[in-house]
Amino acid sequence: MPRVRVLVTLKPTLLDAQGRTVQEALHALGYENVNQVRIGKVIEMDIADDSKSVEQQVREMCDRLLANPVTELYQIEVLG
Amino acid sequence: MKFGVVIFPGSNCDADAYYAIRDVLQQPVEYIWHRDDNLHGVDCVILPGGFSYGDYLRCGAIARFSPVMQAVEEFARQGGLVIGICNGFQILCEAHLLPGALVRNEGLRFVCKHVYLRVENADTPFTNRCQPGEVLCIPIAHGEGRYVCDRETLQELQANNQIVFRYCDRSGAITRESNPNGSLANIAGIANERFNVMGMMPHPERACEAILGSEDGLKVFQSIVHSALAAAR
Repeated sequence: MPRVRVLVTLKPTLLDAQGRTVQEALHALGYENVNQVRIGKVIEMDIADDSKSVEQQVREMCDRLLANPVTELYQIEVLG
Repeated sequence: MKFGVVIFPGSNCDADAYYAIRDVLQQPVEYIWHRDDNLHGVDCVILPGGFSYGDYLRCGAIARFSPVMQAVEEFARQGGLVIGICNGFQILCEAHLLPGALVRNEGLRFVCKHVYLRVENADTPFTNRCQPGEVLCIPIAHGEGRYVCDRETLQELQANNQIVFRYCDRSGAITRESNPNGSLANIAGIANERFNVMGMMPHPERACEAILGSEDGLKVFQSIVHSALAAAR
């Protein structure tokens, strides 16, 4: 049963208000060398039926529900 | 004309919308449960504000696939009037009934206050009781109301006059300071190309009585009734 990890991130052209705030907090802690902090989501799942290509199924899930194509990008990793 | 207010798990402005239609506007209205797959013959669907399905994954992402939304999509395709308020706007974007998306406010804060909106297009079923350029005072209450879309979409919205409301100051000037959430081009509300679907972050249903600080929101609902009556004639 393959386990799959999906990484969803905001498109680089979009301001990541959360990332910017975390970056400011890191600077406040003294890590002034930190830049371009971006925050995303990790979604992990087991896929029982592997008759169809797992990656293709997950890609479909991302396009339909897991990511919003207007604002987000996704990466799929099959963990095995 | 009959209104329908959809209730999703987590909707919290459904009763306000119902009250505004029944008691203030004095029009027939009924609730529609999210599991219903028909719309009870209503003439206008209201997707109310709130936190449908706990805002899990993304605001409106789960609601979009509920049975009632399949019916709403079909209703909209046939030209039925649909207004999405706050979370309802987010759901309409997720359902691709409106272009673009609503993301986290620029300042990260949940913003809850009265704001000024300029009516950019007074020739829609949702604004025909307003004057072009009229400034309305209507409250907002959201954490994820920053409207974004790509450049081509923005150009299309502008070219077709689909931007219905923009955040402005008291005098109607579109300024950076009057933009409460960082929305692209100060966008507060947009319509689809056919102008039968409109989404807006501000809450007109909370601005229907003077005792609540503003009656300006009533104009949105009066416009809907007026356009339905005009269409029936």
